[in-house]
Amino acid sequence: MATAAAQRTAGTEADGTPDTAGTTDHQRAFDAAVAADERIEPRDWMPDAYRATLVRQIAQHAHSEIIGMQPEANWITRAPSLRRKAILMAKVQDEAGHGLYLYSAAETLGTSRDELLDKLHSGRQKYSSIFNYPTLTWADVGAIGWLVDGAAITNQVPLCRCSYGPYARAMVRICKEESFHQRQGYELLLALGKGTPEQHAMAQDAVNRWWWPSLMMFGPPDDESQHSAQSMEWKIKRHSNDELRQRFVDICVPQAESLGLTLPDPELRWNEERGHYDFGPIDWTEFWEVLKGNGPCNEQRITQRRRAHDEGAWVREAAAAHAAKHTGGAGGTGATRA
Amino acid sequence: MTATGPAARPATGPAPVPVTAALALGDDALVLSHRLGEWAGHAPVLEEEVALANIALDLLGQARVLLSLAGDEDELAYLREERAFRNLQLVEQPNGDFAHTIARQLYFSTYQQLLYAELATGDGAFAPLAAKAVKEVAYHRDHAEQWTLRLGDGTDTSHERMRRACDALWRFTGEMFQPVEGLTADWARLEESWLESVTDVLGRATLPVPQGPRTGAWSAGAGRQGVHTEPFGRMLAEMQHLHRSHPGASW
Amino acid sequence: MSTTDWPLWEVFVRSRRGLSHTHAGSLHAPDAEMALRNARDLYTRRGEGVSIWVVPAASITASSPDEKDPFFEPAADKPYRHPTFYEIPEGVKHL
Repeated sequence: MATAAAQRTAGTEADGTPDTAGTTDHQRAFDAAVAADERIEPRDWMPDAYRATLVRQIAQHAHSEIIGMQPEANWITRAPSLRRKAILMAKVQDEAGHGLYLYSAAETLGTSRDELLDKLHSGRQKYSSIFNYPTLTWADVGAIGWLVDGAAITNQVPLCRCSYGPYARAMVRICKEESFHQRQGYELLLALGKGTPEQHAMAQDAVNRWWWPSLMMFGPPDDESQHSAQSMEWKIKRHSNDELRQRFVDICVPQAESLGLTLPDPELRWNEERGHYDFGPIDWTEFWEVLKGNGPCNEQRITQRRRAHDEGAWVREAAAAHAAKHTGGAGGTGATRA
Repeated sequence: MTATGPAARPATGPAPVPVTAALALGDDALVLSHRLGEWAGHAPVLEEEVALANIALDLLGQARVLLSLAGDEDELAYLREERAFRNLQLVEQPNGDFAHTIARQLYFSTYQQLLYAELATGDGAFAPLAAKAVKEVAYHRDHAEQWTLRLGDGTDTSHERMRRACDALWRFTGEMFQPVEGLTADWARLEESWLESVTDVLGRATLPVPQGPRTGAWSAGAGRQGVHTEPFGRMLAEMQHLHRSHPGASW
Repeated sequence: MSTTDWPLWEVFVRSRRGLSHTHAGSLHAPDAEMALRNARDLYTRRGEGVSIWVVPAASITASSPDEKDPFFEPAADKPYRHPTFYEIPEGVKHL
């Protein structure tokens, strides 16, 4: 996981201000490490653009975990059995935890969590657009687990080998913990698929609504993807958007069959020659619209996040004030050994 | 016993299960867990999202064991009417601000820890559950205490909010010590220990011990008799609607 | 803003008795007591630990950034510190 301390204690004078002669050496060492599949660690020299790309990506990833709690938390109070309720609470809790791991990873790059949250709240940093869709029925909880988490895992597994150490380590932990997320979603849909006609219809409706947005989660097609090439070169990203999307489709088709549900794409069929499923065109207009803020829930999600943060301010202030009174300043105590 | 749940199963263990008591303890845990679940996505800081969810999950786990002792957990949770629930009125009170949630946690978890510690030492039907749960509850109480100290002795604002919350919930604390049929406990001594413990925490938090009555005309023992407060009906409506919309379905 | 900023803590978890504490990650907390509790909730909720240390990130002193610098390089050319450096005749046991 993230060694945020290293960044903090080192300051930046030692590693962040290359003299002109040193830059090329630094760059060469960095390039060699990336080429050799070694990890870059927080206090290593790294190109400014690499650092900026990582902060942007890790922050967006962290924000997605936090905003992603909302559509599912929407159903905690209505979960139809106590078993499902426990599972859903544990899952939403994991998402908060994953957000925390990722904010920690971002902090090793010298950006505080408060700065990142501030950027989220003011709309200067994004989160995954998928969470701007509403959860209209209980089956949506299943569809999110199966499709949205499925797509996320397809994206995330390669990130466990990302060139930046703290991010890669956070992803290892997250992927391990998330393995139950997708399964619980699938199991939930399976129960509905095998249930009453009403339950089956509920499941099919949810899959119909979540399928296309899930495919959009892999980002724009490779030829339109703004940051892809550079990220691949830096080994932050290991596979292209289209490659991962295809992998996801290939995985989902047989899984849908086992659920007794159909995927809402008339053009979906096996292509013997390619060894992959062909699928219909994605509505990228919708993608860009949601990204721009015109999705069904953009406003609602960010408003709730901001409200929780603002309404919690007095609590955070109280704890800081208490610490200042009792320990002579927050963080001023030594290590606590147990 | 007016609950619609099935009667106690024939005893297989050392002690028969007192259904009324299983429902009382189970409903406390179920309802408080539900209330804490409402915080998801709204907590004052991310670390607290994780902490509140942990407590909610512990309580839900306890509820499932306890309700299963009394019958089918889902039938009991989803198909009983408001008047058949046996939980304390304290746990059904709305979350309010974070101070209200913490005050509710302090009052309830102190009670639960004392009660479970006593049940754990006996050989009654609840001893095994209580032995496990008392460790969870000790952590819940500690969490509530830590926050009571910080909010009470934090800023002027937090002190005032915490004081108001402690006051507001005080009148629901008397009913905790109404004897529950089927539970062997020294209720008077529990109440004494509870008062002592809560007074100590409030004192260290620079908060006054509320002066109002600990029972009201409407509150004394009422939750245990199936008389609840208005917010509870709406909570149940939300909790039960999906399950009830699909009679007989499995999830 | 600065009044609400909680400091950063590094978390070390002993996964079971007999093993060292290992760095698990970091978190924010107003003080050491809360840091311990947050660490418990965040890093051991799947039974990953039996003991936790929390250390204010600001209290950690780290070696210089370049991991291949004079701090570590000289240790690499002293093979006689390792048992494999020595040749022992075949058949000699318990050595």
